[in-house]
Amino acid sequence: MTRIVVPIGPQHPALKEPVNFRVVTDGERIVDLELNLSYSHRGIEKAAEQRDFIRVLPLIERVCGICSHSHATVFSKGIEEIMGVEIPPRAQYIRTIIAELERMHSHMLWLGVAAHEVGFNTLFMWTWRDREAVLDTLEELSGNRVHYNMNEIGGVRLDLSPSQVEAALARMPVLEERIRAYVGMVEDEETMLTRFRGVGSLSREEALSFGAVGPTARASGVDYDVRKDDPYLVYDEIPWNVVTDTNGDVYGRTKVRIGEIAESLGIVRHCLENLPGGPIRAEAPKAAPPGEILSRYEAPRGEVAHFIRTNGTARVERVDIRTPTLANWTSVAHCLIGRPLADVPVIVAAIDPCLSCTSRITLVKSGGDLGKDAPPPNGPRGWSR
Amino acid sequence: MTDPFLLIAYILLFPGFLFLFAYSMTFEFLDRRIVARMQNRVGPPFFQPFADLVKTLGKEVIDPRGVDRPIFDAAPVVALAAVMTSFLYVPIIGPSPLAFQGDLVLVLYLLTLPTLALMLLGWLSRNIYAAVGGIRAVTMLFIYEVPFFLALMMPTLMAGTWSISDIMAWQEEHLCLAILQPIAFIVALIGLQAKLERTPFDIPEAETEIVAGPWTELTGRRLALMHLANETSAVVGSALIAAVFLGGLAFPWTVESAILSATVGFLLFLAKTVAILLVLSIIRAATARVRLDQLNTIGWKYLTMAALAQVGIVLVMMASGVGI
Repeated sequence: MTRIVVPIGPQHPALKEPVNFRVVTDGERIVDLELNLSYSHRGIEKAAEQRDFIRVLPLIERVCGICSHSHATVFSKGIEEIMGVEIPPRAQYIRTIIAELERMHSHMLWLGVAAHEVGFNTLFMWTWRDREAVLDTLEELSGNRVHYNMNEIGGVRLDLSPSQVEAALARMPVLEERIRAYVGMVEDEETMLTRFRGVGSLSREEALSFGAVGPTARASGVDYDVRKDDPYLVYDEIPWNVVTDTNGDVYGRTKVRIGEIAESLGIVRHCLENLPGGPIRAEAPKAAPPGEILSRYEAPRGEVAHFIRTNGTARVERVDIRTPTLANWTSVAHCLIGRPLADVPVIVAAIDPCLSCTSRITLVKSGGDLGKDAPPPNGPRGWSR
Repeated sequence: MTDPFLLIAYILLFPGFLFLFAYSMTFEFLDRRIVARMQNRVGPPFFQPFADLVKTLGKEVIDPRGVDRPIFDAAPVVALAAVMTSFLYVPIIGPSPLAFQGDLVLVLYLLTLPTLALMLLGWLSRNIYAAVGGIRAVTMLFIYEVPFFLALMMPTLMAGTWSISDIMAWQEEHLCLAILQPIAFIVALIGLQAKLERTPFDIPEAETEIVAGPWTELTGRRLALMHLANETSAVVGSALIAAVFLGGLAFPWTVESAILSATVGFLLFLAKTVAILLVLSIIRAATARVRLDQLNTIGWKYLTMAALAQVGIVLVMMASGVGI
């Protein structure tokens, strides 16, 4: 057959996010691919430089609707480290609880989306129903379903009352039972297995060379998790395991994520049961001393890194955000070549892409003057092949 | 039923077009409702399919640039007409008055037309998603049609007739063909699911890959008619399988009054078709969409082989006189 170009996005029912793929196919098989990112540059980094730390937190939380707590935590963690402020144990536990609840709801959302991409809408409806239990818990604890706004420089905004802890713990057995059901479904549902097994395979070496992070890397057998390798909050004190898998395909990524939901549930339960007393905030100075820091955090999608430079005022001089999606993109392009067109949605979804969060592009040009290299008139163009 | 007035009533009212229309709306409602309940949703109210149809019929018809209008307009009408015609030969209560030797072949061919119309629509749409979807639809046709036809031809082998009504009558004297030929029955059900392009065989209209496939550029009455053709196909396909494989499931006692007997027969027809729909809906809710190359494997390696094995079994059974 002749080669045809199938445009996918930026408006497409499969991809709710602004990204454009120009897929060149030979019949149903993909032979070439061009990715265009960055349709929605929001200027959050610049805006963050104009505000003091207290007002940066709600802003930086809005980098992502799913990993909102991740961005706020990684930012406040960095600022606190520059300031030399040690946050109280109770605040650390509360941050961990919110972080792991966030991971649970993110992975459940992903599982539904992945099922929807292969046309299995029943699982989609079920996971999103059960995800409501997690969102309800988050709403009870923080007052919000999406942007929890729990962080403050030096601690957390809200304390947890004993009745809140009790109500959250009461939800855990139901969720535990649902997670077991998903494990069964993912391992037994034959049509889903045929769509997930051997699709989007990434070997351990490839995952390392493409710099994949998060569940994408862990599904290829890369034992890398910031929570274990560069522990923050209370992850070095509580019992939990890094979930890895050796399949390296979409099936492996599904197994890793479901395993992580179960691990997160264990962490939330442990933290709720062993919540220490004491204050929830430490007194933090208004301004931070001059310094630079690379603050790292394991978001649901993988490692998120904030580079922060302070200059002795109450504002950051520079904050640079690297989201996990950017780290995983190159592996997607690699996985897609040679696959049938029908695999595009599921392979793209397998890294759990968050594209608007990724829309900040550094122009890299070797040996040239960067100043003259203005973005093209149609808006900044991202990584393309 | 030689009276021309009765014949016209049969074609237009019951169990002809009007009943088919009403029943296909009910069928769609049941299908959507069953799947919704399985997915933990509420599902649509009873009149929703009808409301959808009326609304789409009234919507503006938009022509894609450079489209061949006459054929683009005609294809949905042809598809709907083909399906509605095929229903006249399917026995509902008693044998169809239009029955003749070979009407099974005619019905099978008429049921293929909507797929061809879909392919044509996809090709004419001047849209890459529609074109890919159209090609997928016709590729799929070559995969599922062989086992589907084989499965539905098997009863003719045993009953020794090419008429659906005669096959049904044969079963009432002997045994239900779903019991005599269970493999053919299952293959026919799977083939019907593929024919109706329902999950796991909704490859041509895979929403997440190619938007809506051949349906992408359909608007207004074209969309409504094509949708209606699809829904009526579901009814005709279920009725066909009910007649060919479940014809023996008659009411065990003789009912005296002719009207009462017809009512019982009609209720039996409803029960059989809804039972088939239930199976199809459960498959739809419980599976993910397979890929075209995977369908190729399923179709040729398993379904066709199973159908061929059934042919062998039927021949052996006929030679040894079992079930006849």
